[in-house]
Amino acid sequence: MEALVASAVGVMTAAGIYLILRMRTFPVVLGMSMLSYAVNIFLFASGRLAVNLPPILDHAGAETQGYTDPIPQALVLTAIVISFGMTAVVVMLALGSFVEAGNDRIDLDEEEAGQ
Amino acid sequence: MMGNWIIAPVVLPAFLAPLIVLWMRFDLRTQRIFSIAGMVSLLAVALALAASASVNAPEVYKLGNWEAPFGIVLVLDRLSALMLVLTAALGLAVALYAIGSGWDKRGWHFHSLLQFQMMGINGAFLTGDAFNLFVFFEVLLIASYGLMIHSGGEKRLKAGVQYVVYNLAGSTLFLFALGTIYSVTGTVNMADLAQKVAMMPADETALVRVGAVLLMLVFAVKAALVPFQFWLPATYVNAPGPVAALFAIMTKVGVYAIVRIYTLVFPADGITGALAADVLLPAAAVSLTIGMIGVLGARDLGRVVAYAVIGSVGTMMLAFSQFSEAATGAGLYYMVHSTLAAAALFLIVDLVKERRGPTGLAIVPAGRTYSHGLLSAMFFAGAIAMAGMPPLSGFLGKLMILDALRGQWGLWALVLVTSLIAIVGFGRAGSTVFWKAYAIEGEPAPAPRDASAPGLAFTAAGALLAGLVAMTVFAGPLSDWLKATAAQLHHPQAYISAVMDGAYERAMEAQAEGQNGSGHSAEVTDDHAAPEPHIATEAEVQDEAKDTGHEPATAPAAAH
Repeated sequence: MEALVASAVGVMTAAGIYLILRMRTFPVVLGMSMLSYAVNIFLFASGRLAVNLPPILDHAGAETQGYTDPIPQALVLTAIVISFGMTAVVVMLALGSFVEAGNDRIDLDEEEAGQ
Repeated sequence: MMGNWIIAPVVLPAFLAPLIVLWMRFDLRTQRIFSIAGMVSLLAVALALAASASVNAPEVYKLGNWEAPFGIVLVLDRLSALMLVLTAALGLAVALYAIGSGWDKRGWHFHSLLQFQMMGINGAFLTGDAFNLFVFFEVLLIASYGLMIHSGGEKRLKAGVQYVVYNLAGSTLFLFALGTIYSVTGTVNMADLAQKVAMMPADETALVRVGAVLLMLVFAVKAALVPFQFWLPATYVNAPGPVAALFAIMTKVGVYAIVRIYTLVFPADGITGALAADVLLPAAAVSLTIGMIGVLGARDLGRVVAYAVIGSVGTMMLAFSQFSEAATGAGLYYMVHSTLAAAALFLIVDLVKERRGPTGLAIVPAGRTYSHGLLSAMFFAGAIAMAGMPPLSGFLGKLMILDALRGQWGLWALVLVTSLIAIVGFGRAGSTVFWKAYAIEGEPAPAPRDASAPGLAFTAAGALLAGLVAMTVFAGPLSDWLKATAAQLHHPQAYISAVMDGAYERAMEAQAEGQNGSGHSAEVTDDHAAPEPHIATEAEVQDEAKDTGHEPATAPAAAH
């Protein structure tokens, strides 16, 4: 399972980085979503991988059954909410800029970029 | 001791912002009154906190009364108090300027976004928890996205998209860094991290070093250190003037985070060694060079100031990368100075832009503007401060940094040569825009139509310049205070023990009370999802060990 999770994080990060380097806003938004999926899974894995175990220690079973670390789950929950909101913001911004400029290129021309 | 007041800089704007959106959205006058009142009270609270922090040891506010490291803490020490005062002063000037220049009329929700921005910045300066730092970064960023595109326009929206995407990528990197560090240490509380990292065996630090470098990259993005400065010029130039001035503190959030984390969690004498200094010093030197060359090469006034911001971040990071008390004190002085100077210059440049009509900010000769003489004088003062010429505080700040870098003559040469380049750059821009205007025949341009209270706008920009003068006049007491701040930073034991000492024992007591039905957990009103599971695991892991001993004691109580 470690190999599966690790390669999922790796592949999604690679795809995300490729996409956010694209010139148009839509692939960039997709790439940001990919990257946030990758980091969410990575955060899950930072508490060690455990399957079918409760995230709570009960007094009877903890020593025999083991448990899964709940802190990364709380961190991931926060991260999911934030990245969801941020994706919504960037979609609205990209739409606004598309409507104003008439194209969805993400790069600025020389004058705008301040070079 | 300030007790519950420590959370006021976060709670006050957090209450005001929704009030402004929900109750006052159609009444600009009440919005303005409440925004200014909020900023004034924020400044008063920040000054009181600073007065308390300068005599007391670091003080801890426990959110929901959960003990660290199970819950989130806010920590007030001299550095965070200094940053709070700086933020509140800047916020007040920006709010006044936005009202005076009429910027807040040109789009929706300026004042509530400003309050949310203050909440995020203050929270980032106060928090003692690394994941909470991430959350506050997101709060300040999402408010800054709204402010950045305030009043719209094609260029502003396109620059805004780039700014947002750049910072989203930075946030993702922040999460990767935190995940890496958590997977090694099992905590995200900064004081607890400091203890855990110090206890690690030296040959098992590979992952934590990776985490430390990843964090450095994140903060470098915020601070606009080379090679992560690309977002800054386009953002600052295209943002509305008062917002660009407020963003002067945003780069300092990154600088603050670098100073905090790499003196507290990864100090130079700890297991990561000189890692931070090795990364920071070259980045700072290149930032300084590129920034000041940018000042010389820029083709409009806004970009001159934006590149000067990059250069000044490089200057202060040169000092901070020494990780010595004297250099950190000098760097802090320069940081306060450059925040005020950059903000003042952005406001002045915006005043010029309003008055220059179609020429905009391009560095070409054009006719005189309305109130040309006053603007020229203000730009002159701001440029002197920013370039670091006597008599203003920029000179004193650079002098202190040079003094702290004594012996590293290569860095002396770098600071002096780049200062010369900046002087030439500001001189060229200022003389073309302001001086050559007198060579062009004709009456000065008429007053701009939109400025609702130009006097107020000039006052706000002038107040920031007055702050620079005050920093120069009171340089002695201020630099003594900052030296003590640097000493506190480089002896983090007081910070760590303020957060951690006795925390575990108190948590155990609270746990025992909770089991006896006195309902500690029912009182919790935390605004964050993370802390509750903290309690569930670590407290109970320890509890498990003692469990057999406790069982007889709690059983009779339960039977009642």
